[in-house]
Amino acid sequence: MSIICDHVNFTYSRGTADEIQALKDISFSIGDGEFVGIIGATGSGKSTLIQHLNGLLKATSGHIYINGEDIYDRDYSLKELRNKVGLVFQYPEHQLFEETVLRDVCFGPKNQGLSNTEAEMRAYEALQSVNLMEDCYDVSPFDLSGGQKRRAAIAGVLAMKPEILILDEPTAGLDPEGREEILNLLKTLHDEQNITVMLVSHSMEDMADYAERLLVMDKGRIIMNGNPRDVFLNAELLEKTGLSVPQVTYILRELRQKGFDVDISATTVDEAADSIMRALGL
Amino acid sequence: MMRDITIGQYYQTESVLHRLDPRVKITGTFIFIISLFVAKNITSYAVATAFLTAVILLSRIPFSFIVRGMKAVVIILFITVVFNLFLTPGITFVSFWRFKITYEGLKTAGYTAVRLTYLILGSSIMTLTTTPNNLTDGLESLMKPLKVFRIPVHEIAMMMSIALRFIPILMEETDKIMKAQLSRGADFESGGIIKRSRALIPLLVPLFVSAFRRANDLAMAMEARCYHGGEGRTKMKPLVYRSSDFTAYIVLCLYFALVITAQRVGML
Amino acid sequence: MGIVEIDNIAYEYIRRDEEGNVEGIVRAVDGVSLDIKRGEFISILGGNGSGKSTLAKQINAILYPCEGSVYVDGKDTSVEENVWDVRQAAGMIFQNPDNQIIGSIVEEDVGFGPENMGIPTPEIIERVNEALKTLRMYDYRKHSPNRLSGGQKQRVAIAGVVAMHPKCIIMDEPTAMLDPMGRKEVIRAARALNDVEKVTIILITHYMEETIYSDRIIVMDKGKVVMSGDPKEIFSRIDELKRLRLGVPQATELAYELKRRGVRLGSGILSGKELVTQICRSYATM
Repeated sequence: MSIICDHVNFTYSRGTADEIQALKDISFSIGDGEFVGIIGATGSGKSTLIQHLNGLLKATSGHIYINGEDIYDRDYSLKELRNKVGLVFQYPEHQLFEETVLRDVCFGPKNQGLSNTEAEMRAYEALQSVNLMEDCYDVSPFDLSGGQKRRAAIAGVLAMKPEILILDEPTAGLDPEGREEILNLLKTLHDEQNITVMLVSHSMEDMADYAERLLVMDKGRIIMNGNPRDVFLNAELLEKTGLSVPQVTYILRELRQKGFDVDISATTVDEAADSIMRALGL
Repeated sequence: MMRDITIGQYYQTESVLHRLDPRVKITGTFIFIISLFVAKNITSYAVATAFLTAVILLSRIPFSFIVRGMKAVVIILFITVVFNLFLTPGITFVSFWRFKITYEGLKTAGYTAVRLTYLILGSSIMTLTTTPNNLTDGLESLMKPLKVFRIPVHEIAMMMSIALRFIPILMEETDKIMKAQLSRGADFESGGIIKRSRALIPLLVPLFVSAFRRANDLAMAMEARCYHGGEGRTKMKPLVYRSSDFTAYIVLCLYFALVITAQRVGML
Repeated sequence: MGIVEIDNIAYEYIRRDEEGNVEGIVRAVDGVSLDIKRGEFISILGGNGSGKSTLAKQINAILYPCEGSVYVDGKDTSVEENVWDVRQAAGMIFQNPDNQIIGSIVEEDVGFGPENMGIPTPEIIERVNEALKTLRMYDYRKHSPNRLSGGQKQRVAIAGVVAMHPKCIIMDEPTAMLDPMGRKEVIRAARALNDVEKVTIILITHYMEETIYSDRIIVMDKGKVVMSGDPKEIFSRIDELKRLRLGVPQATELAYELKRRGVRLGSGILSGKELVTQICRSYATM
């Protein structure tokens, strides 16, 4: 499943006093089965961009191709698009509404036109894959804990069997344990089911640990597009846009300044440890 | 789409109107609305138009911003006009198939449209130039006599100001939940009334849950900041009339007198 | 005498099923004792459901302990006449910035607390301006809170509490919903209040990196205090922290990993800067 954005522009409240151009000439492509991270300060256009990818917002100009098909073609079905591109919003647990967890997860598949049994099978599968135990399928989603609610909501999107999963800060507001659960879950989905994952996050450390490629946004533009190691080499530029690099990268940069021969492109704890050990000759 | 609604919102700028006492503005809006029902001919409407124009200019709010607030009520306006147009008996102006438009209908429809538009514009000017807290302070103060009838004036005012503060937040929330459910394949647009209203459940349930959660949080936050009703409470910005407020009252009286005179001596 | 004295308190939630029958009792806080000194900056660390928020709410007399007692500024929180004094002495900041701002204009919100306390008008204005200046939000005093960033909203909320002149401020996960910038703003504000205004701060968080400047860290798990000590002490017990599934900052984790592999480092390294300094000290001569 591939995505191509070709010179996409988008303006909010066009033709009014508070017209804002939220996306400026966005072009990128994402291949099948990639794990891509999107970083950018608040208000840089990340959320606006991902809402374009499943047709919730329509570009003012430019084209978006999913699997080579132009989604702005007149006979391209938005419903089909939303079946292929699953979008998980920030605080997705705020969308839960059914009486039981299982029925809530069935909502998507049923909208796809599946029968009750089929939808339930899908829901089961999705709930299993987010590691929710069977004893909570028949409970009200409002009785779950914070982390469980979040996972149930993600299952609601997964049950639609999207080929691309896009998530807007799926770990926001969770404690470290909950954060880790969600991130590992995404990794498993990506590795085992070959789902293309696009992840919006504020944590550079998480991005370094999980993403294969990073898109960096600033004021509606994509200013960098590359693998995390290369992106995080540009600490100064990132800081100028209100972002940062992983903590270990800062440590390595400082060590390099003090004359140690460390590799400043390391972004994870293990890589950094290896590099420091080598530099110290241990 | 939800950002476009400006009714009940405050527009931050410096103007004579912004500085007026909210009680003057509330009374003024009230007088303006009454004047619209008193006015029934072109001369009196001309007076109202001149007054409204002056007020809009004085408010220093961009006209386009005020008009945007109208969008939300265009449908109501349209329906009213259509009803008036077709259902007023009188001398036929044009007729086709089973419908006929009368001269009277044309006139009433025209006046109703203008009246409704002015009414909304007039009251939006009040909310746009007055902070919600100020507005409720004004209402609270104007309604004080009702306390005699054991009406909880302070509580009502507090509820209103909180409602006003949370309207934009809940609007945004509605937009977000709607998008989230659309992403899960929800369909809010097709089907008959029953199907459509059932389609709203996935929107309304989360919205109510969220509203309750917010209410709960807010109540706790208010208590934590020592809120315990209106008893023994002081005001950061107590309402005090200044000379400009008295001038405004005089202007209002003059305006009302003018409308009545125009109505008596005017034409049409 | 401390500003907050918590003596062996317990708090129980009663869980009921749909018919209202008691299903079970959850001991959210279980035998916690804590003595907080005036001017102290104390962090309470723990995952969701560790009881840290329930503990916090009892300091502000929003909840009352089922067992034991809480004294704030020498006053027993469970005595009804003390409620307003306690709430004035111990202000509280909550997680969601939107749900604790009552006013539609920044300065009106900040004035809400003093208004409730019955402070005369001129003094309210003085307090509001002062509080907004302390939190560096004075330039936004006429703004609507809806247009502010998360960090700014949270600072407005803090100003609202500061205007009540509290002796102690409890912050219940004030950064959980903020982006990294907003988190920094809020933590910086909390530190400044503690340093400059000498306000006692109780910071509740699940981010370990936010606790490194505190005088003392309390780690909670399942309603009990499981660790307590200064940051150096706590940060050196990585294994335990990991077992409690608390996110350990990368710098601390790197230091731990290097030490494990035989690099000569002291224990309880709090920041990247400290790690670099230590490596330099031990190995720069090479």
